[in-house]
Amino acid sequence: MLRKILCLSTLMSVFLLTLSTTAFASSDAEGESENKTGFIMHHIKDSHEWHFATFGHTHVTLPLPVIIYSGDRGLEFYMSSDFQDHETHAFGVEHNGYYINEHDKLHAVDESRSFVDLSITKNVAMLILVLLVIFWAILSTAKNYKRNPHGAPKGIASIIEPLVLFVRDEVAKPNIGPKYRKFTPYLLTIFFFILVGNLMGLVPGAANLTGNIAVTMTLAVFTWFATNLNGNKDYWKHVVATPGVPLPLLIVIVPVEIIGLFTKPFALMVRLFVAITAGHIVILSFIGLIFVFESYAVGVASTVMVVFINLIELLVAAIQAYVFTLFSAMYIGQAVAEHDHH
Amino acid sequence: MLTSLLLSAGLALLGAGIGAGIVAIGAGLGIGRIGGQAMEGIARQPEAAGKIQTAMLIIAALIEVVSLFAVVVCLLIALNENITF
Repeated sequence: MLRKILCLSTLMSVFLLTLSTTAFASSDAEGESENKTGFIMHHIKDSHEWHFATFGHTHVTLPLPVIIYSGDRGLEFYMSSDFQDHETHAFGVEHNGYYINEHDKLHAVDESRSFVDLSITKNVAMLILVLLVIFWAILSTAKNYKRNPHGAPKGIASIIEPLVLFVRDEVAKPNIGPKYRKFTPYLLTIFFFILVGNLMGLVPGAANLTGNIAVTMTLAVFTWFATNLNGNKDYWKHVVATPGVPLPLLIVIVPVEIIGLFTKPFALMVRLFVAITAGHIVILSFIGLIFVFESYAVGVASTVMVVFINLIELLVAAIQAYVFTLFSAMYIGQAVAEHDHH
Repeated sequence: MLTSLLLSAGLALLGAGIGAGIVAIGAGLGIGRIGGQAMEGIARQPEAAGKIQTAMLIIAALIEVVSLFAVVVCLLIALNENITF
């Protein structure tokens, strides 16, 4: 058991260290003249500070730590307020050889230096918040069961228990089959992470966590590892030497199958990212309309629309969590399925 | 040369706009079809209404996400900073 954990962690760290690139999920080149879309993009993208509100000229923001690792200077800790002008709170101030440009990306003044940006950005802080909420929910549930093993669950356990049973009985067991117990913890983890991340992202002032393509890519990579590390012989035979297919067709089918290994997690990644980000863009567009028209009537109508769309987004949040977990369970089920040999 | 530049910028934005409209038609057709069949199923067998409704919502979410892929492409064209007037 320990050996398996060790193998898995080594494999994952090898993957991370050799294939890591800075996946910054925001476009680095955006026209400054686009003030209308700037408002929307500012709320969707990651950022080095957490901006809550602006009242006239006062910005209510939370500066976040900027952590940089470079070969020559080692680990450096700053606050994002160091990179801001003290009066206007605009970024672009150079501090110790680094500056944050207008697209919230950290650059070194000396272009030849390479560094790794390990900052606690808005999305990372949101990730930590989501983790705390999930830990509190699950640990309270566990305490509830320890105290009251045979009674009805009380408190947060009364929502966690039906969700856990739902994932186990409707998602894991039917799709994975007899080996479902091994994979249910993973499926529960991604289900709760995506559900809580989606729901918390809808709160005004929160960060767009699951609408960040780097986050969804990581989740899709986890599912990819879960399926392919547990693939049995039948699964790999179907990929590289599909049984019952004549050789000329096989030459076409095998590359398609190998590409199919990658398109499935890619679809998972894009589906979650697009669903959540598009929902946020629609809500923000309706609110932005109020400022474009600057009229009370549009304000009232927009607010009604925004409330309605927020309710739909709650549904979409839950559905996307379910769909991601369901598809992960289906792919894992295909990988571990025991076929009766025809 | 300036007019040809403006023409291609205009064509790109036209493409983005028309694309988004066609995406809406596609999503509407797909989800409407699902909704219609779900209604029929519930009408035939009212006791299966819960299951049918759940399945309908899930498929509708999947179709909607495909339309959102296309909307993202249109947005990428429309908000491209290289298109200037």
